[in-house]
Amino acid sequence: MNTPVMIVVVLVGVGAFFGIVLAMANKKFAMEANPLIEEVEDILPKGQCGACGYAGCAKYAEAVVEDPAVPPNLCVPGKAAVAQKVAELTGKRAEATEPKYAFLKCRGTKTAALVTAEYEGVPDCAAAKLILGGPKGCKFGCIGFGNCVKACPFGALSMGADGLPVVAKDICTGCGKCVQTCPQSIIALESFEAPVEVACSSHDKGAVARKLCKNACIGCGMCMRNCAHGAIKLEKNLAVVDAEICRECTEAACLAKCPTKAIGDIVNIHAMAKTA
Amino acid sequence: MADYLALFVGAVIINNFVLTKFLGLCIFFGISKNLSASVGMGMAVTSVMTMSSILAWVVYFFVLQPLGLTFLTTIVFVVLTASFVQLLELVIKKQAPALYNMWGIYLLLIATNCIVLAVPILNVENSYSFLKSIVFAIGSGIGFALALILMASLREKLAYADVPKPLQGIGIAFILAGMLSLAFLGFSGML
Repeated sequence: MNTPVMIVVVLVGVGAFFGIVLAMANKKFAMEANPLIEEVEDILPKGQCGACGYAGCAKYAEAVVEDPAVPPNLCVPGKAAVAQKVAELTGKRAEATEPKYAFLKCRGTKTAALVTAEYEGVPDCAAAKLILGGPKGCKFGCIGFGNCVKACPFGALSMGADGLPVVAKDICTGCGKCVQTCPQSIIALESFEAPVEVACSSHDKGAVARKLCKNACIGCGMCMRNCAHGAIKLEKNLAVVDAEICRECTEAACLAKCPTKAIGDIVNIHAMAKTA
Repeated sequence: MADYLALFVGAVIINNFVLTKFLGLCIFFGISKNLSASVGMGMAVTSVMTMSSILAWVVYFFVLQPLGLTFLTTIVFVVLTASFVQLLELVIKKQAPALYNMWGIYLLLIATNCIVLAVPILNVENSYSFLKSIVFAIGSGIGFALALILMASLREKLAYADVPKPLQGIGIAFILAGMLSLAFLGFSGML
């Protein structure tokens, strides 16, 4: 038999064989894909940022359609508009998504925080933390090499002159990449509506905390005693604000008495008090 | 038995596909940033390679060789591997969704990869028996996974190293791969 004919026969044969096998397999193993998933995915911003907790927009679309327990408002960059549309498509109730931004729970600036060691290594917070918890005396505060700045996908963070990262609130989308990156876990996502927050993470005892940082929360409890609503509690020498209770409040009683000004108004609470 | 063992060890370490034959480098550099992804990829490559070698062996010795068309080996094997990966994807998507989620994107990366094509071709070029070609394919897959996992572990540590700016990223990865390759050269001549 002549070769050219055999070549055509074999190649067509192999191609046809696998073509048919694949076609049959496609039928036999067909997945009844929900068309809704694609529709939902179309609405999502497709930044693939993973702020929702899923590996990309497609995975979230699948989860939100298939699983009734997955809320429609997980897409952070999409904000309320996307949440609303996803909720309509999936028949879920859209709870108001609250815009949030990154808030640094530390005010250990170069001048305020005591530096006890000189660090001469890779300028990286995680690396510095490995060596005695960082160069500062306070082992809870910001190390200041800006891992969060590097992690921010939107360029909302920058390193301030005082050695602490600065958040540009108007750029920050609240995706939480910096929160995960910070080895000290001192960045929190805070609501724009939250009136007060404690800008310190130190669990050291009062005298120690004060010695190590002028701006530390010393756990004196003045704010707790001055809060008429019971929104502030002390946890291991650190004041913690319950944002849910605090939100309604327009008095600034807790702020006035703080000896180190560790508790601060993060929205202009005085303006709110005047209009109320 | 000793024969098979020698073939296996040879494929895993001495003739490691990535580090001594420099095949499959695109996946090697693409995936090795992350250890868990490397483990998944290693498993996917090993299984695809083994199964496509079996198929290729059958096609070669029962179709191509009797007809005297061995010069078609490359083109037929490309079609075969690519369709087989498609088939495997369809099957595990339905039968084993957990596995599919783990392998998902890697499977498609494998579809037209040189290392997956190289193993069946080497099998038939060396005229390995059916069993030998399976052992060789499994060994090659494990060797690939080993190289990938070693590299990923190194690169995860690299995140904390002070790499000079011009070498950051893929540059230092190439240097690391070269060093690993040198280390693996030490095994040559063992068998």
